[in-house]
Amino acid sequence: MTVNLTLLVLMGTLFAIGIYLLLERSLTRVLLGIILISNGVNLLLLHTAGRAGLAPIYDPDIGAQEYLDPLPQALLLTAIVIAFALVSFMLALIYRSWVLARQDELADDEEDRRVASYAKVHDTEEDAELATETTEFADDTDSSGPQLLNPRRGSDAEDVAGAVEETHPDHRDVTIGAGRADGPPHREISDADPTEDPEDGPDPSEGGQRR
Amino acid sequence: MNAELLNFTPLAVLIPFFGAGFAFAFYRNKSAQRAITIGALVLTVILEVTLLSQVWDGGAHAIHLGGWPAPFGIVMVIDRFSALMLLVSSIITLCVLLYAVGQGAAEEKDDSGPVSIFYPTYLILVAGVSNAFLAGDLFNLYVGFEIFLTASYVLLTLGGGESRIRAGVTYVVVSIVSSMLFLITIGMIYAATGTVNLADLALRLADLDPSTQLTLHVMLLVAFGIKAAVFPLAFWLPDSYPTAPAPVTAVFAGLLTKVGIYAMIRTETLLFPGERINTALMIVAALTMIVGILGALAQADIKRMLSFTLISHIGYLVFGLALSSIIGMAATIYYVAHHITIQTTLFLVTGLIERRSGTSNVLRLGGLAKISPVLGLLFFIPAMNLAGIPPFSGFVGKLGMMQGGIAENTWITWTLVIASVLTSLLTLMAVARIWTRGFWRKPEDADETPERQLMSKTLAHSRAANKRYLPMSMVAPTAALVAMSLAFSVFAGPLMDFSRAAAQDMYERTPYLEAVFGPERTEGVRDELEEFAATFLIDYELDDDGAAEHAPVETSLQPDDEDAEVLPEITDGDDR
Repeated sequence: MTVNLTLLVLMGTLFAIGIYLLLERSLTRVLLGIILISNGVNLLLLHTAGRAGLAPIYDPDIGAQEYLDPLPQALLLTAIVIAFALVSFMLALIYRSWVLARQDELADDEEDRRVASYAKVHDTEEDAELATETTEFADDTDSSGPQLLNPRRGSDAEDVAGAVEETHPDHRDVTIGAGRADGPPHREISDADPTEDPEDGPDPSEGGQRR
Repeated sequence: MNAELLNFTPLAVLIPFFGAGFAFAFYRNKSAQRAITIGALVLTVILEVTLLSQVWDGGAHAIHLGGWPAPFGIVMVIDRFSALMLLVSSIITLCVLLYAVGQGAAEEKDDSGPVSIFYPTYLILVAGVSNAFLAGDLFNLYVGFEIFLTASYVLLTLGGGESRIRAGVTYVVVSIVSSMLFLITIGMIYAATGTVNLADLALRLADLDPSTQLTLHVMLLVAFGIKAAVFPLAFWLPDSYPTAPAPVTAVFAGLLTKVGIYAMIRTETLLFPGERINTALMIVAALTMIVGILGALAQADIKRMLSFTLISHIGYLVFGLALSSIIGMAATIYYVAHHITIQTTLFLVTGLIERRSGTSNVLRLGGLAKISPVLGLLFFIPAMNLAGIPPFSGFVGKLGMMQGGIAENTWITWTLVIASVLTSLLTLMAVARIWTRGFWRKPEDADETPERQLMSKTLAHSRAANKRYLPMSMVAPTAALVAMSLAFSVFAGPLMDFSRAAAQDMYERTPYLEAVFGPERTEGVRDELEEFAATFLIDYELDDDGAAEHAPVETSLQPDDEDAEVLPEITDGDDR
């Protein structure tokens, strides 16, 4: 089987840069890495057809070896479509992560940290203060810094952000809980409970802070 | 075997797909959506019961889609193993769906956003899983994987809350990378052999240079290993699964990793038979078991604990697979079916616990056994089953694997046997911890402030609250799954025989090849394959019904009259 050296080198480069980007902590770079790797894979699939040949439209005068193997191209098309869908979905996820947490970095798992704290293990790198604004999305209008409130929708929630957090703890629960399909039962339960046992002291904030 | 009925096999994929389409079309009408989804899954279950009954007595059947002959067209192959996996997966998805419907109905909220997405996506997930089980070529397998993975991304991040997005990103990136690896491997295999058809590959791969074979083999195993959450590649699982809603986590935990295991078993038996990397696989299996269960012991959250036990029990499956013997494979097939059911049930029960008490953190739980004995029973049975306590099916499966390990009788299999016993004990410890903390102690004794929902004034109060927190529509599907897991123990005999036959078919490979290519082409290689497979086979012709191979180790408990018969066969079965 003959392969095109230029394409081979290009594929190698795509993989190398892709893997480098994949190892970054910033999600946008990870996405770029995925795009590059998927294109590298597409090139690899293209390679498997061997040297370029005639379009595989049957003609009795042409020998079988003259045709290009069409199967890899069929696989390739499918792979491109799938990669396109996945990349779009990743973009949506990253955007959502940015809207919710003003964060383009991959966050640590809280439970992992809690379990690690049992063993009194401290990773100096992990515990070090990270620069608060690490994303490339930020511009001057965002200079107020990362909002802890996780505004559900862009700017309208952002304006009242501080006020809501201070004065309406249950409001905040709606913000967080509304996004979770299993969140609502918690909220509903904590609302419904006092009707059953009013003596227990209805305190919506207690249910609200549960995550 | 009635070939005509088996020609309806592709419907197992198509029914959920069409259901998904209709469910999308009715996105405004939630009850219509629900009816369509449940109807589609019920139809699928009925179809798959028929399919399983058709292949029960043997054979594989291939459906050539579009009428193209085998190595050129796309084939779907159904044999004993895939039929069993299809049926088990459909039953549990149906039960989980009913549970999800019950949960939605109990919540009585009109949140049309995520919910109108939920039903169609769920059906697409089912279609993808079925497609992966039936795929007759590597690329179709890849497509099946992508279908259900994409659906799983959507289900995992349903609603788009912060914690789900955070967990979802990890999951999506890891899955995409593993899919890329799979695709690279497909490209390499195509370059090396010129085909992606599994049956064709089975014949052609053997001609390759051994080192090329090894490379392709290991690459495939790594790609599937990430999906199946085998030890060094399992880090993503406990991070991402527990954040999803209970029904979603349940179906993920039960099914998705098992599809990875299914793909491993299929490629390991069909494409790369032999014992080339069994030792490496066994080491991986042992590490998966031990590391997974140690992780489980460190967790306070029940969902996370269960995710770690899930990883740990994947180790058993890899162990059974790595044995490369009929006994080991039969036990693996049985254990996969058992484990899908058990793991799903446990996650559903955890969902109920979370509903009843407001948390799944054991440090804040207590007194559940008194408050809701039904819940206690629903948790206790699958938990003991998971740990492998004798009357239950978990014990039968583990016993089979250990028998296989002992029969092999090398240092590594003995290590594995010891590791699996240890893991079993540690699993028991992990679930017993949940039991004693969550169910037995009084709520006042909880390590942290107990949940208010557990602290009612009187028992009557809390019993009355049960009705509201634990609606019948959620308890009934869970109970059905518990009943199904018990059925695995009751019908262990026939099921084990069935798995043994399935394992034999898979090592023999001729039924599969004959189904795909027809008898002519298979005839040429039949002798070769049979000679190769002879080392694995159980001879049913012997009077002892395969007992010599099944338990070839002498024990003091062996009845005297069998000794005379069994002993001569030991040399026969063990000379590989």
